[in-house]
Amino acid sequence: MAETKAAPPALTRKDFISDQIVRWCPGCGDFAILAQTQKFLPTLNIPREKFVFISGIGCASRFPYYVDTYGFHSIHGRAPAIATGVKCANPDLSVWVVTGDGDSLSIGTNHLIHALRRNIGINILLFNNEVYGLTKGQTSPTSRMGTKTKSTPYGSIQEPMIPVSIALAAEATFVARTFDTNLDHLSEMLLRAARHKGTAFIEILQNCKVFNDGAFADITERSHREETTLTLSHGKPLIFGKEKNKGIRVRGYVPEIVEFEPGRAPPEILVHDERHPDSSLAYLLSKLYTPKFPAPIGVFRDVERPTYEELMSQQIEAVKKTRPADLQALIAGSETWQVPAQRDAEEGA
Amino acid sequence: MADTKPKPVETLESVTIRFAGDSGDGIQLSGTQFTTATAMSGNDLSTLPDFPAEIRAPAGTLPGVSSFQIHFSSKDILTPGDEPQVLIAMNPAALKAHVKDVVSGGILILNADTFTPQNLEKAGYKSNPLEDGSLADYRVIPVPLSTLTANTLEDTALKRTHIDRCKNFFALGIMYWLYDRPLEPTLDWIQKKFQKMPEISEANSKALHAGYAFGETTELFQSHYHVGKAPIKPGKYRKITGNEATAFGLIAASQLSGRTLFYGSYPITPASDILHELAKHKNFGVKTFQAEDEIAAVGAAIGASFAGHIGVTGTSGPGVALKSEAIGLAVSTELPLIVLNIQRGGPSTGLPTKTEQADLLQAYGGRNGESPVAILAPATPSDCFDMTIQAVRIALKYMTPVVLLSDGYLANGAEPWKIPDVSSLPPLPRLNASDPDGFFPFKRDPETLARLWALPGTPGLEHRIGGLEKADITGNVSYEPENHERMVHLRAEKIQRIAREIPPTEILGPHQGKLLVVGWGSSYGAIASAAQNMQKQGLEVAAVHVRYLNPFPPDLGRILKNYEQILVPEMNLGQFLLLLRAHYLVPAVGLNKVKGQPFKVSEIENKILQMLGKKETSDGGNKSRAARANA
Ligand SMILES: Cc1ncc(C[n+]2csc(CCOP(=O)(O)OP(=O)(O)O)c2C)c(N)n1
Ligand code: SF4
Ligand SMILES: [Mg+2]
Repeated sequence: MAETKAAPPALTRKDFISDQIVRWCPGCGDFAILAQTQKFLPTLNIPREKFVFISGIGCASRFPYYVDTYGFHSIHGRAPAIATGVKCANPDLSVWVVTGDGDSLSIGTNHLIHALRRNIGINILLFNNEVYGLTKGQTSPTSRMGTKTKSTPYGSIQEPMIPVSIALAAEATFVARTFDTNLDHLSEMLLRAARHKGTAFIEILQNCKVFNDGAFADITERSHREETTLTLSHGKPLIFGKEKNKGIRVRGYVPEIVEFEPGRAPPEILVHDERHPDSSLAYLLSKLYTPKFPAPIGVFRDVERPTYEELMSQQIEAVKKTRPADLQALIAGSETWQVPAQRDAEEGA
Repeated sequence: MADTKPKPVETLESVTIRFAGDSGDGIQLSGTQFTTATAMSGNDLSTLPDFPAEIRAPAGTLPGVSSFQIHFSSKDILTPGDEPQVLIAMNPAALKAHVKDVVSGGILILNADTFTPQNLEKAGYKSNPLEDGSLADYRVIPVPLSTLTANTLEDTALKRTHIDRCKNFFALGIMYWLYDRPLEPTLDWIQKKFQKMPEISEANSKALHAGYAFGETTELFQSHYHVGKAPIKPGKYRKITGNEATAFGLIAASQLSGRTLFYGSYPITPASDILHELAKHKNFGVKTFQAEDEIAAVGAAIGASFAGHIGVTGTSGPGVALKSEAIGLAVSTELPLIVLNIQRGGPSTGLPTKTEQADLLQAYGGRNGESPVAILAPATPSDCFDMTIQAVRIALKYMTPVVLLSDGYLANGAEPWKIPDVSSLPPLPRLNASDPDGFFPFKRDPETLARLWALPGTPGLEHRIGGLEKADITGNVSYEPENHERMVHLRAEKIQRIAREIPPTEILGPHQGKLLVVGWGSSYGAIASAAQNMQKQGLEVAAVHVRYLNPFPPDLGRILKNYEQILVPEMNLGQFLLLLRAHYLVPAVGLNKVKGQPFKVSEIENKILQMLGKKETSDGGNKSRAARANA
């Protein structure tokens, strides 16, 4: 993570707003995420020049143009790879990847998974709108079964991917979920991600007003949110519901909902442990999803593991200690011979 | 010394030897050891390793045969030799695969122990060539290598299988005696290599000595040979392969520029050795990244370059195909990027271990849109060092991707290299932008048209880049028609200005005349040798070798006009030829060979003679092969 040197004049939200016109559709969930991010960034006390936002292609991926930091709008799916190069080159930078569900779970899945397993020190914000927005509304890898889109007029016939499950299966060290209209929670997740050493992955449920409006209404709608989301909190039992009268327990290997009288939660209700070294329980939680279960919101996992860039520099430093960087010696190698200026006359036979 | 040896020594000017056997027989090892001993004897040399794509194809079969050819001489030589005078075949399959290349009257040293009915059948022999007279054209020397090695090592505690593995050192010992090579470099190598296995070390050394003594005492050889030292420029030498030279060139460029080298790569033959080599040298601060695929490898290199490192990615043709979208991104964002393509036979997976030059048009135009890149091609293994440094220099100076086209032949072939004095290498400066006053990310240097390189972390230079078209100067996204056209022209013009970096083209031979041979890449040795031989015959034939394929050298067009005919030999169906004709409207003719094998000198000579209306050379075997190559 980048560190501040002297105390520069405190930055404000405005310092992170670029001069470019924001070109998302009116009502797009991306606006709220952008605004909240711009509000959050100054709170980190990191000089502006140390931030780099890197994206792939998609509506979400336009994000870097709108944040007045260093930015790289790259190619479809490849942002984690480019961010890996940036972070390896300069570990002092605060590197953020902004990506969509198609960008990171279709064309770029490989890079996402490998960034996570390497634990490279970047923060990945996946804006999941369960559709391809920029290409005007095709099914995406997170679109639910039966979703009607332009490319699936009779409904999608593919099982969707669960971004959080994928991240956990890749042994990500920080995995969280939040949504576009839950601003305080979003800020809290961004802060947790920024503080995390290694790859931080946040799935942000984001409404695509034009091509998939209301895709997450069954989860995020204020009127029933308390019944349809499960807020994860480390060390706290997994309890939800307006009355706080429901909890999650595991029977065999299968999670189930138990109802109880408010205030009298039975002891078998699972207690959330985001720091557990084994990702199995977090993975089980990631499978809870609408309509059978409330969708968990918050930090699924937050554990420490050496980062890729750290290990890379450690190896380099260790080798530097044992061998000097002598270019002449390197290119000469160990087997050389001298051709003298004056040769002996060639002997006959 | 000759007088201490009872058998007479004959002096030869040049010899070409080929080792062949199962890939498990240690053929490449024998070849490399012979090369080192030969280099240290002061000969000029050139090598051609050739291995199967399979790591261990079934033993004793034709697909499992691996070979290593070395040409060494008391004169200056440029190629690994057209036809071996000596073939060491470790089994019938190796004989079958290679005997047709040996000159008639050449020596065949055969491991007689392996000529069993089973092995003969595996190799597809109907009868035993040792007995059926089919080798009457050659001097056949059957040596029971396995038996002799077993006898030599019978009092060691080693297992039979281990003992048998020492037979390649026995064979090498024979060759060292036959060609008067010193044993010391190999003995030293054995000692170092098997430090932790003293029994194996001792057995191999013993086998080497025994082979040498066998040569001296056996009735099979009446005399042995001496090849004198070549008139090489004085200095300190080593032998070097193209891949080693490329890796060293990258490290040198990093040191010269004071910038860290970042190498992103995904393993692929024949490029992987560059990754292996660079990964060893972390003491130079080199960062190697084995990515999940070629796209990530180039992506990470671009990211590293954005942050101020020298971003390099290395691969072969199939990998370049995957990288092409990202290379386009580097064109659009105008970031320095070095792409190494160690070409192999294509299309698709093609011939992974064989050489070809068929990715030139891929480098030239294999991306969407008007997406020009600089293209450089080294001519010899050691030239890879200089051309790699040059590729980095151009990439940094012009803020552009540069493709370096090496190939399997350069990658694995070795030659002696006069080790340059690194303090004489010119520095490689490239400034980072630092002044926020009037800063715009796409403001250009008026000379080079390179934009500013403003690294993340620099206060006041925050900016965004990307693959969407950018407005000139400001770099903001722009869909404006006039702007797009201007940017397309600017990017093209920037690449054209690289011509200023190109030194005058060297002409081998008369500066005007009947015929000019124009080549590029690894065919340099064969082309230059052919031209020299033609000149010796009094023919007005010259050669130029083009190391800069985009842009072309500024003097090339003028040179082409000075000859009546132009011949362009290439290991493809005429890609360079197409570009030359299109650029200069010259009626050049191609000589095209796509066999996964480099050109032979004779093939080029035959074509030249044909074009000049002269007779072809008298060697019948050559004639037919050359004729096929011409077809
Ligand atoms: C190589 C390549 N293939 C296809 C596209 C077209 N394309 C652009 S964005 C996109 C999908 C974006 O979906 P998502 O990542 O979910 O982002 P959203 O627009 O929904 O934010 C596609 C298919 C492209 N730009 N590049
Ligand atoms: S298409 Fe959807 S995701 Fe894209 S900007 Fe419009 S509303 Fe937002
Ligand atoms: Mg989407």
